[in-house]
Amino acid sequence: MEMLWFWLVSVMVAIYVVMDGFDFGAGILHLVVAKTNEERREVLGAIGPLWDGNEVWLLAGGGSMFLAFPKVLASGFSGFYLAIWLVVWCLMLRGISIEFRSHLQDGLWRHFWDGTFALSSVLLPVLFGAALGNVLRGVPVGASGYFEMALWTDFRTGGVPGILDWYTVLIGVFALVTVAAHGALFLAWKTAGAVHERAKGLALGLWGAVLLLWIVASYATSVVNPGIFQRLPQAPLGWAACLIVLAGLGLVFTGIKRERFLLAFLGSGAFILGLLAASAACVYPVMLRSTLGPQFDLTALNASVGRHGLQTGLVWWLIGFPIALGYLAILFRFHRGKVKAAGEGEGY
Amino acid sequence: MGDPLFWHRLQFGFTATYHYLFPQLTMGLALVIVVLKAMGLRTGEARYNDAARFWIKIFGINFAIGVVTGIPLEFQFGTNWAKFSHLSGGIIGQTLGMEGMFAFFLESSFLGMLIWGEKRLSPKAHFGAALALWIGSWLSGYFIIATNAFMQHPVGYTVAADGTLQLASFWAFLFNPWALGQYAHNMIAAAVTGSFVVAAIGAFWTLKGIYPEQARLNLRVGTIMGLIFSVLVAFPTGDLQGKLVAKYQPITLAAMEGRFESGPRAALTLVGQPNVAQRRIENPIQLPAVLSFIAYGSFSSDVKGLLEFPEDQWPQNIELLYYAFHIMAGLGTIMIAIMGLSALLLWKGRLDGNRTMLWVLMLAFPFPYIATTAGWAVAEFGRQPWLIYGVLRTVDGASPTVNAGHTAFTTLGFAGIFVVLSVLWLFLVGREISHGPVSHTPKA
Repeated sequence: MEMLWFWLVSVMVAIYVVMDGFDFGAGILHLVVAKTNEERREVLGAIGPLWDGNEVWLLAGGGSMFLAFPKVLASGFSGFYLAIWLVVWCLMLRGISIEFRSHLQDGLWRHFWDGTFALSSVLLPVLFGAALGNVLRGVPVGASGYFEMALWTDFRTGGVPGILDWYTVLIGVFALVTVAAHGALFLAWKTAGAVHERAKGLALGLWGAVLLLWIVASYATSVVNPGIFQRLPQAPLGWAACLIVLAGLGLVFTGIKRERFLLAFLGSGAFILGLLAASAACVYPVMLRSTLGPQFDLTALNASVGRHGLQTGLVWWLIGFPIALGYLAILFRFHRGKVKAAGEGEGY
Repeated sequence: MGDPLFWHRLQFGFTATYHYLFPQLTMGLALVIVVLKAMGLRTGEARYNDAARFWIKIFGINFAIGVVTGIPLEFQFGTNWAKFSHLSGGIIGQTLGMEGMFAFFLESSFLGMLIWGEKRLSPKAHFGAALALWIGSWLSGYFIIATNAFMQHPVGYTVAADGTLQLASFWAFLFNPWALGQYAHNMIAAAVTGSFVVAAIGAFWTLKGIYPEQARLNLRVGTIMGLIFSVLVAFPTGDLQGKLVAKYQPITLAAMEGRFESGPRAALTLVGQPNVAQRRIENPIQLPAVLSFIAYGSFSSDVKGLLEFPEDQWPQNIELLYYAFHIMAGLGTIMIAIMGLSALLLWKGRLDGNRTMLWVLMLAFPFPYIATTAGWAVAEFGRQPWLIYGVLRTVDGASPTVNAGHTAFTTLGFAGIFVVLSVLWLFLVGREISHGPVSHTPKA
């Protein structure tokens, strides 16, 4: 049961990254791929109806972790205190940017929100990536179950790690480029005209950078946590995840080459999903690795709540999850086809 | 100032209070919009849809701020209240997770369709989107209230060997009697906020002499709904809430009333100042025996005073609790009077021409916001010194590794962000109000 919940939480988080990833990507690229007001409204029209729902995966994933592994949530959130608030403030800024931009037909007003939208969209994946980096490397959690870390360090390799340091920011940049590449494919799929052309033009270069950074990030991870890849060959789920990663990459490049961008977008979704699943398989059952010694690791087994809570949660999770997917299907069906910029006063 | 607990409490209280200014309006407006869309569907008259279109815009702005100010609250459980989260996550994680799964997905999926979808959707489908938002936002309210109810009156749990709270009965926890009472009281209060805001806009347009048809409609809808809900928020729901406090938190009841001595035929204090140091209430104007009746349904019931209980179980800020409760109850009474008078004038057909009443209606819209905020202050200060009533003290719930400086810094950060959000809110809502309702005939 604990194992099942480990994977449920991982799945929710992975879905969150795939879903919010493409709207982050759209935000990262929009100043580049969309030049005119009309074009920017096309980008916002593509993600506007979806971003809020995408972020619910974060809250639902966090809620699942809260209910199943409250000890991990308590230790991680209080340990990453300042970094968490940076994330929250960026999420707030980003939501307001998307929602308020179209209220005024004023050039300066709109340029301002375009800027804040881009800024928050760049910072968020870096911060989320850094969070993943911290989880993969481990944190100084001791016998108390809690830990403290500096928000940043001198960014030299070696030395005392911080929440933001050379390694975690490297993972953050990898995340940034990956969701940008993911978003480029989403925009290429959902838009037509100049935005489509520019997104298409960027896709291949971005995916080249993803491959490069992937290799660098994997190497750096094996440096900071030497044993991490040892579990992978033994875990059947790890093998499956690696296959999904490779299949996703195949789809991405085939899709770009044949200009079938829905296919490529699904491929990049699979790539991200697979990568996170493989990471989860590498660390399983550890949820928060201790750099002070394996006896202090917070794991799915020693940090979970009692059986009854997990079973009860599973019942409503199994009801709620298909309903959420159903809404998603309705939403994508309602907004099917290429987006057009909405008329003034009628959309994002 | 160097005490982390002070900052943790200030931060949660501040951010939650600010956040709740927005959902109380959107939950109330969601109901108003459903009513207007239903009337539009039934009568086929354009004015109902025009009114709904205007309120959907106001709803959209408030909903967006509600969403972004709500995100920090979810995170604060883990960041600031780590020990509380660790101990009780197995229980309150259930409702917080369900809120995401069952309410937030519903709201976020249909929000865009409600705000931007009128032209693309059939009138019935657009009504459906309004209904989805109403159900979603009111469901979300239930999960939050059920979470709070566990902190007020914990049920359905056991304590494990390691001291953590574990779920014992999901249904007992979900349908906590406290949750049912508090939910009814709180949601009706949100409907009061919505009604007062609708009536205020109707009064404003009438006084300005603009959009006469829409002004009349808003006045009528605001007044009728306002009267119904202002009465319901006091009776039966407020009364029920009072009885729950009397039954499960008698110390809180005594503190709310500034009552130190025990005894039968307890008087209800209308005004007066509690003097905690000297253990008495000063300059009171009281209704004899009424508190006994309100609390226990009989004039002769014994109502215990604070002196009956050990002082380490008293809420720490009795003065604040006392005044918050009296502000809430006093404003509740005033709001019934305002809406009663307004409804009487409406019934006589003289509301449009009575400028005094219109001025009152226009300026009264902050009352429900103040009453709701004071009501939550009663609930939360009344729960002290406990984080989970009788189970976990507030001092034992905060994060052990987060210092006062960090929390002061982020609290000030929030203060700055909230100033910006408030300015944006004023600007955007003000613009919509001055633009007024937009009329167009949607496709059949």
